[in-house]
Amino acid sequence: MIDRLTEHRGLDSFDIRYVALILAILGIGVLSIYSVTRGQQGGTAPYYLKQLIWIGLGAAAFLVMWASDYHHLARFAYPAYVFILLMLLFVLFDGRTSKGAQRWIALGPFSFQPSEFAKLILVLVLAHYYSKAPRVGWLQRVIVPGLLVLPGLLLILKQPDLGSGLSFVAVYAAMLLMVGVRSQALGFILLFSIMLFPFAWEGVWGSLHDYQRQRIMAFVDPDYDPGGKGYHALQSKIAIGSGELLGKGLYGGTQSQLKFLPEGHTDFVFAVFAEEWGFLGVLVLLTLFVTLMWLSLEIASKAKDQLGALLAVGIVAMLCFCIVVNIGMTAGMFPIVGIPLPLVSYGGSATIMTMAALGLLLNVKRKRLSLFY
Amino acid sequence: MVTGHSSESEFGDLHRRLFILRVGLLLVVVLLGLRLWHLQIREGPYYRDLSENNRTRLVLLEPARGLIYDRHGVLLANNVPSFSLYVTLEDVKDREVLIQQLTALLGLDPTIVRKKMTAKGSKLLPRKIKDHMTLRDATLVESHRLDMPGVMIQVESQRNYPGGATAAHLLGYVGEISADQLEKPEFIDLHQGSIVGQYGVEKSYDRHVRGMAGQKSVEVDALGHEKKASVVERPQAGNDLYLTIDVRLQKVAEDLLGQEQGAIVALDPNSGDILAMASRPGFDPNVLSRELTAKQWVEIVQDEGRPLNNRASQGQYPPGSTFKIPMAVAALETKTMSPSSTVYCNGGYQFGKRLYHDWKAGGHGYVNLHNALVHSCDVYFYTIGQRMGIDVIAEFGKDFGLGKATGVELPSERTGIMPSTAWKQKAKNEQWLPGETISAAIGQGYVTVTPLQMASLVGTVANDGINYRPRLVLAVMDRTSGNLQELPAVPRGKINAKPETFRIIKDALADVVTKGTATKAKSSIVTIGGKTGTAQVAALRTGPEENIPKKFRDHAWFVAFAPVESPKIAVAVLAEHMGHGGATAAPLAKEVIETYLKLTPQAPAVTSDLTSVNGPGRSSKDS
Repeated sequence: MIDRLTEHRGLDSFDIRYVALILAILGIGVLSIYSVTRGQQGGTAPYYLKQLIWIGLGAAAFLVMWASDYHHLARFAYPAYVFILLMLLFVLFDGRTSKGAQRWIALGPFSFQPSEFAKLILVLVLAHYYSKAPRVGWLQRVIVPGLLVLPGLLLILKQPDLGSGLSFVAVYAAMLLMVGVRSQALGFILLFSIMLFPFAWEGVWGSLHDYQRQRIMAFVDPDYDPGGKGYHALQSKIAIGSGELLGKGLYGGTQSQLKFLPEGHTDFVFAVFAEEWGFLGVLVLLTLFVTLMWLSLEIASKAKDQLGALLAVGIVAMLCFCIVVNIGMTAGMFPIVGIPLPLVSYGGSATIMTMAALGLLLNVKRKRLSLFY
Repeated sequence: MVTGHSSESEFGDLHRRLFILRVGLLLVVVLLGLRLWHLQIREGPYYRDLSENNRTRLVLLEPARGLIYDRHGVLLANNVPSFSLYVTLEDVKDREVLIQQLTALLGLDPTIVRKKMTAKGSKLLPRKIKDHMTLRDATLVESHRLDMPGVMIQVESQRNYPGGATAAHLLGYVGEISADQLEKPEFIDLHQGSIVGQYGVEKSYDRHVRGMAGQKSVEVDALGHEKKASVVERPQAGNDLYLTIDVRLQKVAEDLLGQEQGAIVALDPNSGDILAMASRPGFDPNVLSRELTAKQWVEIVQDEGRPLNNRASQGQYPPGSTFKIPMAVAALETKTMSPSSTVYCNGGYQFGKRLYHDWKAGGHGYVNLHNALVHSCDVYFYTIGQRMGIDVIAEFGKDFGLGKATGVELPSERTGIMPSTAWKQKAKNEQWLPGETISAAIGQGYVTVTPLQMASLVGTVANDGINYRPRLVLAVMDRTSGNLQELPAVPRGKINAKPETFRIIKDALADVVTKGTATKAKSSIVTIGGKTGTAQVAALRTGPEENIPKKFRDHAWFVAFAPVESPKIAVAVLAEHMGHGGATAAPLAKEVIETYLKLTPQAPAVTSDLTSVNGPGRSSKDS
């Protein structure tokens, strides 16, 4: 009886395993933020408290996204994209600068980072496009959506926010893979990009800020160290490595506690966690992430329609990219590009956006279309 | 919903492709796991060793504070390189030995050094033991560095005031942030050892001139000797300030006070720009900005003359007869008196059982408002005060800004007191007595003002009631953008009085100087209007001034403006324990006014002055 009722109401999609996984990862985040920012002021309130507020707002976003109907949401994809593009433009002219990049719009006491929300909106836009467009040739499959991605990508790179820019490209690539590109078209793209590569490289390298070039150089050659980026990478590796199997325990991370580690509560929160909980802790966190992604792909494969499947895949691709690149950069595998670890790093825009995205994913699982009727 | 056949087949494709995604996901995670296993398990001991003997020391790079100039770009505060001695406890083998070494080398006080070494804080972060070392001491330490692992000499910039004690009260001084300050939100970005403004503009504009600290990472070897250093984050210099003062006039004002205690404030009534603000005795901010011994500090704080007190904005004195200016405005505006109506003064004013004396024995005879101001007749003002009552007087006094802060950009400005029935009820929980109105009418009793308030008041009269907030900062030069941001003058309001009223008052004030109580302020080059005043210090006095010990003598006031036709400057002079304003304070005001008009024949073109000094004025020392 109850089962039938929940099915009828569409409540069956509310997967408790899925929610528990999210809460567990969020908990790890708050714990690590608390540990590394103890005794630090976060301005108005301690960081961990502010993060709890973000999580509360994120939970609301999660529920709204879950309870609505993703077909309706998709209809708003283009207007939302235009809106976020305007926001990105606004940031360039009147944004709050931090560490040489303009990424924030001040809203009273808060600041909001449009590039975070742009990622989710891009997923919506591409999913909407592919589920509607007549996909005959590579023009419609590759070029047109590529042109859709481009304005957002350029605006984000201009900030500059290399991390968000790369996740844009990652989402686009994942979507391409999903809708399937014919081999000749793929070959054409490859050829094209190889021909264009020197120009693109020149354009990209030239448009990078000094600090980004340094990061890339620091990655290629850790001894090349004009601005201490190699230092950051090294300190992060020391933090993770010195955690060994069991970690140094809560607050025991000398690297993070002594502030050798930069950005311990944001981009490098994983290193803090790895130092305090060791390889075992890392395995637990990785398992949580993989299980969450696995469930998400499950949802994608059971989606009722093209749009749902594409949405789910896009979100998974975006989150996977962030997780892998963030952990990779703290572990010294990739250059430091400034990508937060989803659900773990401190940050309002990123936390709310990620939780909204996960709510949308769960929405795809529902058999009925909407809770609102 | 899904339509058509083609997308159905696509949909089937999707599942196959999802499988690729899953495999890809697993593959990447396994790679990550392997990498972390390698870092934490295989190389774990190596990194643990690195973290336990962390060979990198983060050293903060203090920013250079912004420079401070006068309105014409004359440098008032800059930075000079200085050497600081840092010790990283982690690398010190034997603390006591090191303390002995430092004591022997530099003659430091061992207890102070020990205290600094045992203070709370990380063993890995270098802590400052001594700053402002001489070059000789710094080289001495450098030459013995190998015998003293953990010791480091850092070149930092130290605040320097080329003018010495000139304008010290305005500029203020800087010092290491205190533990209490560190708790406050406005110092959130700062750390133990940060230098912040502790007084004057250095304090009120600290956020602008502070700058942002950078970081340097220093690698040390196992013995604690420095091997390699690299800058992690460059420090950002603070913004420069241009003050409204003209340092030439400032010096003249200070020299006029000389060894006497008192204050002189000169401002431009058309903008509120403070042109000079002298307070004596003064201090040398260079001394206060360095680390003082407790003994030195006690000496300064307990100095009888209270040199740290800015008498211009913090000294509260009875205004004496200078208070007759707002009284006269009130009398005319409330129609208590017409310009022509008179009061008979026989040298005293009987009220109840008490006789209130006029300063002139025998009295002034019949006086109208004009003559009452020119000859400073007390009885006239006793009479109108009694007629108006304290609350009307207070209302006009407050309109002129008495009893409240002017809002000048200086810390701890005092407000003085503009008493009223409500004030006395609140402050003393007592009824206001009619007799107290009589004292207040000639600026005695409860009424107190600061010299800054009086300069602003006389400027307001000169400006026909239009008042600007007195200000000290003219412009801020943003170091990051290179923009010079001029701050606009801040209108504070307008006294609601007829133009006629101000004309009458200004006429009278001009006559005070030509034929009244302040003939010593008469100038051969400019017309001056003003008013003398005497602030009583001790109530009961007998005999001539010379027989009274100096600390019981009255304070002398003179407030003035010039030229009378189109005022360009307003001045207030307060000379402590100097007796009558007419004799001692008036000539000082005249000097200030003449100096200013000679220095600036026309209204100063501030902007062109500013732009002309923004180029080459920077030496490499400043950054």
